[in-house]
Amino acid sequence: MTTGTVQFLNHEGELTSHPDHEAEISPDGLRKLYHDMAWSRRMDAEAVTLQRQGELGLWPSLLGQEAAQIGAGHALGAADYVFPSYRDHGIALCRGVDPLDLLRMFRGVTNGGWDPAEKNFHLYTLVIGSQVLHATGYAMGLAKDGSPGAVLTCFGDGATSQGDVSEAFNFAAVYHAPIVFFCQNNQWAISEANERQTRVPLHQRADGFGFPGVRVDGNDVLACLAVTKWALERARSGEGPTLIEAFTYRMGAHTTSDDPLRYRDGEEVAYWNLRDPLARLRTLLEARGWADGAYFDTVAAQCEERAVDLRARLRATPDPDPGDIFAHVHADGHALVDEERARFAAYQATFADAAGRGE
Amino acid sequence: MTVQKLPMVKAINESLRRALASDPKVLVMGEDVGRLGGVFRVTDGLQKEFGDERVLDTPLAESGIVGTAIGLALRGYRPVVEIQFDGFVFPAYDQIVTQLAKMRARSLGKVSLPVVIRIPYGGGIGAVEHHSESPEALFAHVAGLKVVTPSNARDAYWMMQQAVRGDDPVIFFEPKRRYWDKDEVDPGATPLPLHRAAVARPGEDLTLAAYGPMVKVCLDAARAAAEEGRSLEVLDLRSLSPLDFDCVQTSVEKTRRLVTVHEAPVFFGAGAEIAARVTERSFYHLEAPVLRVGGYHSPYPPSRLEDTYLPDLDRVLDAVDRALAY
Ligand SMILES: Cc1ncc(C[n+]2csc(CCOP(=O)(O)OP(=O)(O)O)c2C)c(N)n1
Ligand SMILES: [Mg+2]
Repeated sequence: MTTGTVQFLNHEGELTSHPDHEAEISPDGLRKLYHDMAWSRRMDAEAVTLQRQGELGLWPSLLGQEAAQIGAGHALGAADYVFPSYRDHGIALCRGVDPLDLLRMFRGVTNGGWDPAEKNFHLYTLVIGSQVLHATGYAMGLAKDGSPGAVLTCFGDGATSQGDVSEAFNFAAVYHAPIVFFCQNNQWAISEANERQTRVPLHQRADGFGFPGVRVDGNDVLACLAVTKWALERARSGEGPTLIEAFTYRMGAHTTSDDPLRYRDGEEVAYWNLRDPLARLRTLLEARGWADGAYFDTVAAQCEERAVDLRARLRATPDPDPGDIFAHVHADGHALVDEERARFAAYQATFADAAGRGE
Repeated sequence: MTVQKLPMVKAINESLRRALASDPKVLVMGEDVGRLGGVFRVTDGLQKEFGDERVLDTPLAESGIVGTAIGLALRGYRPVVEIQFDGFVFPAYDQIVTQLAKMRARSLGKVSLPVVIRIPYGGGIGAVEHHSESPEALFAHVAGLKVVTPSNARDAYWMMQQAVRGDDPVIFFEPKRRYWDKDEVDPGATPLPLHRAAVARPGEDLTLAAYGPMVKVCLDAARAAAEEGRSLEVLDLRSLSPLDFDCVQTSVEKTRRLVTVHEAPVFFGAGAEIAARVTERSFYHLEAPVLRVGGYHSPYPPSRLEDTYLPDLDRVLDAVDRALAY
């Protein structure tokens, strides 16, 4: 059983230790983590801007959760499989998902966007908590196959209120499934703070189901990485599920449709701004002389370049073909869908004819 | 409050305020309905005014919301619960179908469950998946539930009064893309019976039967048709269960032609039920088969395709042309 919150990098950028876990610290590794966190933040900011400019319908920002996501993302092995929620852009990038595919979904071009099996990264799920059961079933399948991988599934603090999530905890425990439940407790579910969802710290939920629950400082990438690695290794070696509560903070709005000024005060936001996950890592890198100004400038410039490229590619994204409405509804076809598709095409053609005549 | 021009969100807000003020047993519950006032601001200010014992920000669990609303109703409360979006009602579907709808019959009438479930529904707002659906038929199919949907702010106000006052569970579908359309709301007006349809525009040549978000589309279609000398009657059904078939029958026996319009898929949809009833009741009055305009048998598409997916003025007029061609 792990004691207390696991933290290796405090908000002042100093290294700390923990009796039960160990952080891997190498200048190269830390720079890589910093780079990926910086890119996920820059990509996210670009998406927010694109939404403001009307290029996206909506965007759920990951701002503040970079350490949790990049830490968990770096813990994954090639054979591991991820079932994300809808804010897990950092993990998506770690899995090699093209950020354009994330943006296309929020542009309303597709409801999915990538081939889950190709990336070992399932589609985003918008119905809160649903994916946690899918993840558990997938993990049960991995175990049946004797496969070397494990599953990591992401969900929020709000999601823990859903029956689906509790059912998933129980199935995973009963079947001893190789799964890591990675809960990003960003302390808000839209306008509802933690106390509307739970009376006990979320990691303690695991006790009642019979597997370990650990709280990590979700703004400390080293803690997130180390504990997720440990939990995945437990899963792979047949020791069953683990719940990780990455205690972090949603620094921005719930989504671009939300106005958090209506429900939370500026002092809280200011408090958490001082606990920014990127700032503390940068402080450490600078203090140890593992990175200098030139390094950070280079990272910023690289991110900028990729953001510009992402923006251009998004703007060039065509709208889907209207016939796509009927594509992929069933695997083995369906007479009614075929009939409607044909009628739809004929109806659409009347407009093309009319336009043709007008010319 | 005197007659005011209000958007539908505000009309429902005022109606809920009045319900909370006039009956201490009325509760408002749901995700983000309190401090935030709901993601559409329908419950804006209610928690401030009535306190968090009356207006509850619930945990994020739809089954929990409806299940506990049932328990509160058993204890004499009249919960008005919000499901944040149409596509998120399904975790509560079990509680609604197996418990809320059936408990009265199970108890031989000893138990009443005056629970109102508000659901913003329908498309046309450019949203992501699960935020644009029209699942009304899935509820109208279940005995024990009443299913209503206003098309404008004026009706929304008094329909909510009636829904809260009644002793049966009501699924109250709110057409989210009409939330910001304004209409004259008269709180002093005597409310009509909840399940009565209305003739939204009288006409002679054909009847368009619609509800919720599609009433406006049909009124626009009727105006366009009038310019071509065609007189279309538009019915605002307002209630799907029970459905005011007398109103439909009267209209159809006058115009002899009927087109039903809804966003929901036509397959096993409200239009199918209406067509069957009209055939049973008014077969010899019909000059044409009843035609249906509605959604396709496909998942609601990504928003860049929704304008093509959703019934619009052209699709309605196309069906009108076909019906008149018989
Ligand atoms: C079943 C369901 N109910 C309601 C919603 C609407 N909704 C979207 S996000 C959200 C809050 C989620 O909070 P949390 O689980 O903490 O995740 P976070 O958004 O903070 O990452 C709600 C209520 C939904 N998507 N699905
Ligand atoms: Mg949250």
